[in-house]
Amino acid sequence: MTKKLEDLFNEELKVINIGLESFAENLRNEGYEAIQVDYKPPAGGDTEMINLLDQIEKLSDKIEKANKEAVEKIQKSEPVLVDVQTARDALPNFEGKMILHAAPPEKWEDMSGPMQGAAIGACIYEGWAEDEKSAREMLDAGEVTFDPAHHHNAVGPMTGIVSPSMPVWVVENKTYGNKAFTTLNEGLGKVLRFGANGPEVIEKLKWMEKTLGPALGEALRKTEEGINLKNITSQALHMGDEVHNRNKAATSLFMREIIPYLLDTDYSNEEIKEIIKFMGGNEHFYLNLSMPASKATMDAAHGIEYSTVLTAMARNGVHFGIRVSGLGDEWFVGDAQKVDGLYFPGYTEEDACLDLGDSTISETAAVGGFAMAAAPAIVGFVGGTVADSIRFTRDMYEITIDENANFTIPPLNFRGTPTGIDLLKIIETGILPAINTGIAHKEPGIGQIGAGLVDPPVACFKKAIRAFAQKYKK
Amino acid sequence: MAKKALIKEGTYFDSVSLMSISKDIKAIDGVTEATIVMGTDANKEILKTADLLLPEAEAAKANDLVIVIDGDEDVLDDAIEETNNMLAEKKSSSDDEEEYNPGSLDGAIDAQPDSNLVIISVPGEYAAREARKALKRGLHVMLFSDNVPVEDEIELKQMATEKELLLMGPDCGTSIINGAPLAFANVVSRGPVGIVAASGTGAQAVSSLVDRQGVGLTQVIGTGGRDLKSKVKGIEMIKDMKALDRDENTEVIVLVSKPPAKEVSEIIMEEVKKMKKPVIVNFLGGDSSVVEGTDAIWSDNLEDAALKAAAFIKGEDEVSSAGLTEEEVNEIAAEETTNMSKNQKYLRGLFTGGTLCSEAVILLTENYGEMYSNIPLKDELGLKEDLKSIKNTVIDLGEDDFTRGKPHPMIEPSLRNDRLLKEVEDKEVAVVLMDIVLGYGSHMDPAGEAAKAIKEAKEKVAARGGYLSVITSVCGTEKDPQNLQAQEEKLRQVGAKVLPTNVQAVRVVSKILSDLN
Repeated sequence: MTKKLEDLFNEELKVINIGLESFAENLRNEGYEAIQVDYKPPAGGDTEMINLLDQIEKLSDKIEKANKEAVEKIQKSEPVLVDVQTARDALPNFEGKMILHAAPPEKWEDMSGPMQGAAIGACIYEGWAEDEKSAREMLDAGEVTFDPAHHHNAVGPMTGIVSPSMPVWVVENKTYGNKAFTTLNEGLGKVLRFGANGPEVIEKLKWMEKTLGPALGEALRKTEEGINLKNITSQALHMGDEVHNRNKAATSLFMREIIPYLLDTDYSNEEIKEIIKFMGGNEHFYLNLSMPASKATMDAAHGIEYSTVLTAMARNGVHFGIRVSGLGDEWFVGDAQKVDGLYFPGYTEEDACLDLGDSTISETAAVGGFAMAAAPAIVGFVGGTVADSIRFTRDMYEITIDENANFTIPPLNFRGTPTGIDLLKIIETGILPAINTGIAHKEPGIGQIGAGLVDPPVACFKKAIRAFAQKYKK
Repeated sequence: MAKKALIKEGTYFDSVSLMSISKDIKAIDGVTEATIVMGTDANKEILKTADLLLPEAEAAKANDLVIVIDGDEDVLDDAIEETNNMLAEKKSSSDDEEEYNPGSLDGAIDAQPDSNLVIISVPGEYAAREARKALKRGLHVMLFSDNVPVEDEIELKQMATEKELLLMGPDCGTSIINGAPLAFANVVSRGPVGIVAASGTGAQAVSSLVDRQGVGLTQVIGTGGRDLKSKVKGIEMIKDMKALDRDENTEVIVLVSKPPAKEVSEIIMEEVKKMKKPVIVNFLGGDSSVVEGTDAIWSDNLEDAALKAAAFIKGEDEVSSAGLTEEEVNEIAAEETTNMSKNQKYLRGLFTGGTLCSEAVILLTENYGEMYSNIPLKDELGLKEDLKSIKNTVIDLGEDDFTRGKPHPMIEPSLRNDRLLKEVEDKEVAVVLMDIVLGYGSHMDPAGEAAKAIKEAKEKVAARGGYLSVITSVCGTEKDPQNLQAQEEKLRQVGAKVLPTNVQAVRVVSKILSDLN
């Protein structure tokens, strides 16, 4: 039977009140249910944005359909870890003296301190330069090509530096066939991804290239179907991880899966013991798996005409950039922001590099900050209480299209994580994607000095909206 | 500068909580560094780098908590104590489940998934987009906001019609849906009378009076004041009266509006003809001939509309009177004029309810003579720019002329109180006519506030040897949060006459004016 207006007269009235709060209070006073909306003018009252939203609104049918498709692809993606290979062999168009870095694109001379440090380290590691001095000369002379890892189906945490000889995880999206890559996590302290480039850093990278990578690759090839990362992430969310700033559970789950195969390889007990110790001693080992899993997922949802879903967010310590499914490969950028965080002993805000790394691919793919409510152990980053973390996640439902079918949050009664960030909703509500992130020292080589929250710059979303209105103008 | 350490053996805290406490302790004046960590080897290494590895700390074990403070000597103990307090606090704190206010309509739908109606009272420039979103989500809308462009109104109403949804407004101040008072509305019993009204106080007056007749209401649906203008063509009124015609609980339907544009009136009456249920038409100040050729029942004023609806439900042939007999009116008029001085002859009507004001202007003109007003029946009877009263004047204080930048006088009574005291400076003023509107949305004690000003005004006039007659009526019910009886009593206590309805108040005023002139 079709709905008729008068059906309302036999329903229980449940009101949403937008505006004068007393209207809701009065109804509650009379025993009716009424929920108050904490209203803010659309786009903060920015007339240009409101006009663009109104203009875009005319396409709403097409946009809704496109976004539905994008979210369906996110939901149906099955990222599976299948191999470890050398970056130059695995990544598309990765040739010659090329170094990849965290997006968006940045010129060598404009790069942040840690990113320059890591690039120098990569030159030394690759044997292109003897030391820091010769590496700098070579980089200043423009002998090395830089490109965002994102442009090669890859993502990297922090500086995101990938050079040709590094081993990379190969993650395949079994549903859509696309692949994504990330280097293996080096651990904390003095590591290349934070810009360190001393001998011990290079030495560890060499061990990863010669032993860790090949051993894990051999182990993975022994599995029949690889290791399903979506499953691990789903379980980890029920064990207190949000797989961006907390990866303890996921790392353990991954080790449980890989170790039997590792024992089956030709590597010696000593070597295997060292590998297990390395993985187990690094609580963020899984970060470099959750990232390519997210990347493989989001790439599948990219390139859908009319879709306003964000398919990437990334920061390079100088700029913050986003990509939008329906807007091709262009990055819309704003200035990277200061992270509001908690610092390790001995460090303060003064020491911090601006927001850095491709790891915000996690939030784009409905985990990380968007699953904050699943990670009570790290609520300190978001205000200190479990209620804060729940509020943090709950706000994200306002700027997303769907709820995740696979990633669920126990404290929210197993509600799915907010999935598919909608550019239009961000502009409309003024609510920015919630990002929790590590903080790098601004000087190369010191490493992580804290963690906290960061807001993306509004400018990048405004630029994207303008581009969207322009592209889809009739 | 000095350093101090405290080791708490066998006390575990997670590192994030500890970092958070460190941050707060570091913020204390005089503290340069506060490190609170578990005594693991890795953490001792960090302490060593920061030159904070005091001997106690060095001896700590992995499951001991290590607190090291670096700073001015005199703050160290306080800082350690504060750290202890915070550690204790952190452990015992629990999260109170606070009320959650979502930041958008979609967020609200998520939080209350079976919502069916949205009230929108945001600034007019943003109101239409919120309404459009709500309709798209299949929600009924009450659009309280004004200053919504008429093009948006038409588009929204057409969209709502297609989707079988209400689009009450824009500028809709009053509705009662399923018994729930929305925005400015009285608390009424449920029953078989349905109202569709293009005016807020019109809806309040009729619904309150129906309730006071011991009859209840199914729905009171506001359409917004522009609905029956020629541009909008009564889209909402037509849709809503049809819905009430189909609604199984509604037995009689009352339409309340100012007289519609002629072509709109024809469209409406054409639809009225098709209705199965009796329709009472109150186009205030309009021509009763519009009901000719239909089964509709004409009513002259708001009181009449309410009484006819109640009589129908009660099965009474004769409409009972809410009013006074001729003698009673004469008696009150005589009593009120006795002590007036010779030069007192004029009326000042000070209204907060727009439709009640229109009704008074129309009936006073009919019964007595021309009234000056900011909503005049003829242009030449309009007030000048200074808005000063002229001879017999009846003012709608809720109009933009008066409310620009100020709250509506139904919410904030001082606008009318000030005006009343100003009016009685005019020695020729004899009688003041006022409405008091109760219900949700209105001030919580409008009669009490008015009574203060009435008392002062009466004293002022008495002091110069005259008598100020104050004739009032209260629109509301005994179930209203302000309570009808209590409000009426407050007016009586200061010597105001309280009549049961605006129509009756106007009768008394007309008689007083006739007697004086």
